[in-house]
Amino acid sequence: MAKPDKKSKPAVDELLKIQTGIKGLDEITGGGLPQGRPTLVCGGTGCGKTLLAMEFLVRGAVQFDEPGVFISFEEKSDELTKNFISLGFDLNELVSQNKLSIDYVHLEPREIEETGEYDLEGLIIRIGHAIDTLGAKRVALDTIEALFSGLSNEAILRSELRRLFRFLKDKGVTAIVTGEQGERTFTRFGLEEYVADCVIFLNHAVSQQIATRRLRIVKYRGSAHGTNEYPFLIDSQGFSVMPISSIGLDHPASTERIPTGIPRLDTMLGGKGYYRGSSILVTGTAGTGKSSMAAHFVDAACRRGERSLYFAFEESQNQIIRNMHSIGIDLGRWVDQGLLQFQNARPSLYGLEMHLVVMHKAIDQFKPAIVVVDPISNLVAAASEAEVKSMLSRMIDYLKMKQITAFCTDLTSTNGSLERTEVGISSLMDTWLLLQAMEGSGERNRGLYILKSRGMAHSNQIREFILSDKGAQLRDVYVGPGGVLTGSARLAQEASDKFESLNCKQEIERKQREIERKKTAIEAQISALRTQFEDEKDQLERLISKEKQRDETLVLDNQAMSKVRQADELPAKQTRIEKTGKGGRK
Amino acid sequence: MTRVESHATAKTPKAGGENENKWMLRLYVAGQTPKALTAFANLKRICEEHLQGKYQIEVIDLLVNPTLAKDDQILALPTLVRKLPEPVKKIIGDLSNTERVLVGLDIRPII
Repeated sequence: MAKPDKKSKPAVDELLKIQTGIKGLDEITGGGLPQGRPTLVCGGTGCGKTLLAMEFLVRGAVQFDEPGVFISFEEKSDELTKNFISLGFDLNELVSQNKLSIDYVHLEPREIEETGEYDLEGLIIRIGHAIDTLGAKRVALDTIEALFSGLSNEAILRSELRRLFRFLKDKGVTAIVTGEQGERTFTRFGLEEYVADCVIFLNHAVSQQIATRRLRIVKYRGSAHGTNEYPFLIDSQGFSVMPISSIGLDHPASTERIPTGIPRLDTMLGGKGYYRGSSILVTGTAGTGKSSMAAHFVDAACRRGERSLYFAFEESQNQIIRNMHSIGIDLGRWVDQGLLQFQNARPSLYGLEMHLVVMHKAIDQFKPAIVVVDPISNLVAAASEAEVKSMLSRMIDYLKMKQITAFCTDLTSTNGSLERTEVGISSLMDTWLLLQAMEGSGERNRGLYILKSRGMAHSNQIREFILSDKGAQLRDVYVGPGGVLTGSARLAQEASDKFESLNCKQEIERKQREIERKKTAIEAQISALRTQFEDEKDQLERLISKEKQRDETLVLDNQAMSKVRQADELPAKQTRIEKTGKGGRK
Repeated sequence: MTRVESHATAKTPKAGGENENKWMLRLYVAGQTPKALTAFANLKRICEEHLQGKYQIEVIDLLVNPTLAKDDQILALPTLVRKLPEPVKKIIGDLSNTERVLVGLDIRPII
């Protein structure tokens, strides 16, 4: 079934896949395992190979109505049944429904003597029979390498394995074959040589005493697949892989705004608060009120009836609730109403990836609108910074996909550690608030400012962040030539400012009065000058009239004189003009 | 498929021995393959030589009766199983190495 398929339709997208039903695995593999072909699952001891194989069958039986055959070379069927009860799989139930059969193939080398030629037809017949009885679509062989320790003729084994896999392909069943990790090879006996279609590698690595399970698709012939190592989790619900890094940057962007819980902060953020589905980072040194801001945000969300999930890596739930009482926030009632859930875990409890996986699971189950991570900096205790960054970016991507608003706090150390955060995660964050301790005049106050807030107008001002029993408040700080002042220094400065301004006002009044005085003085001067001018004008006018009189008298005198001398008549006018002209010039 | 009992089908019994120290041998094969035929011939020869009169050979063809493979944990074919005397022993292969067959069946003494 599979083989002709492969030959006639070599196109990549024509490859038929079968869903495993295992959380996350189908996403990484782009739809599941290659249908009708064997898949090799390899890894070290205790990495979860058997579980993966069994879950593949159980999910197939339960979710896809595809019966499965489990051929176990290591554990007896009742042992398997017992082991899987703890993971919530009732194998007996499935067996009785004819959806699953478990065949324990036992090889005891001491009982077996080899003489001459043989083949593994017996095994093939057994598998074939089991498949035919159930009409099985899925087969797991766990782990077929046991044959190598049971039988000594490797040449026969290898050729027979090849035949077995061909047989499985011809049967059209999708098989999972497990193999123990070899020293330099994926499997100790080179099974990857036979199972060349899809190879999944499981890893259980311990770093800094913290174990993390990871899964990687080494090879998937004819299909695109995620190439990274994906962390996975084995818990009471089985296997879950987190295909987190496969999430692209195509998450939706909401224009909806949600209040921060602190009214004044809303106004600083363009009057409406954060964007829904955005990521918010609050950094600050110890005791600057990061958790309190988170509590406000959570409180506001719960008031709106939205669900919030609070990941606390530092404090216990009760401690947080008690502490938030002191600033007038009652988180306890939201917990009681089921709107708020706390997830408390020490960062060192398990590896970073595991944290991520656990967070994913919690988010998937609780379906919150808001997620608080308090603080992300503590995660560094569990891994290196680069890992933290990669983990956070995947988490933020995931939250954005789901349109969940992420509120992260980050504890920075006191000495110039802002850069660290910048390098680390700032690029992931849409809104970054900085809480800063401001020391001065014998006290320590908190300052808050918005370092960035993508996509909205936001205030560039530093505000004083005050925690009181009525919650957090923001106040304007004093910004003056003496620098930024907060707390009592601000109050003192404000008082002195008031005093100064009073002084100033008085000075102004005084000056105004002076102006008045000057004005009246000048006006007096003006009137004095005017009277003087009037006087002078009078005098001059008097002189002018006197001159006129004299002139007239002179003309008369001249006439009289000429009359006396009997001079010939001159035009009187002409003479007068000449004379007055001359006089004018003088 | 969990049904166990032993009604051997493709029987080529070679009964000769009596009840006391009877050898019950089962040969599992899948069809009349050359290997199966060789194995059967070898087995018969050895039995005739060493266990004359006190053995019984049951040949089981798994193609006909595949469920029986499970009970005796048969993987390789042909497989010879010594059911009696206890303990159960298995010999795989075409039994061409007489020496090993004798060791495997724990037949030490020459008759």
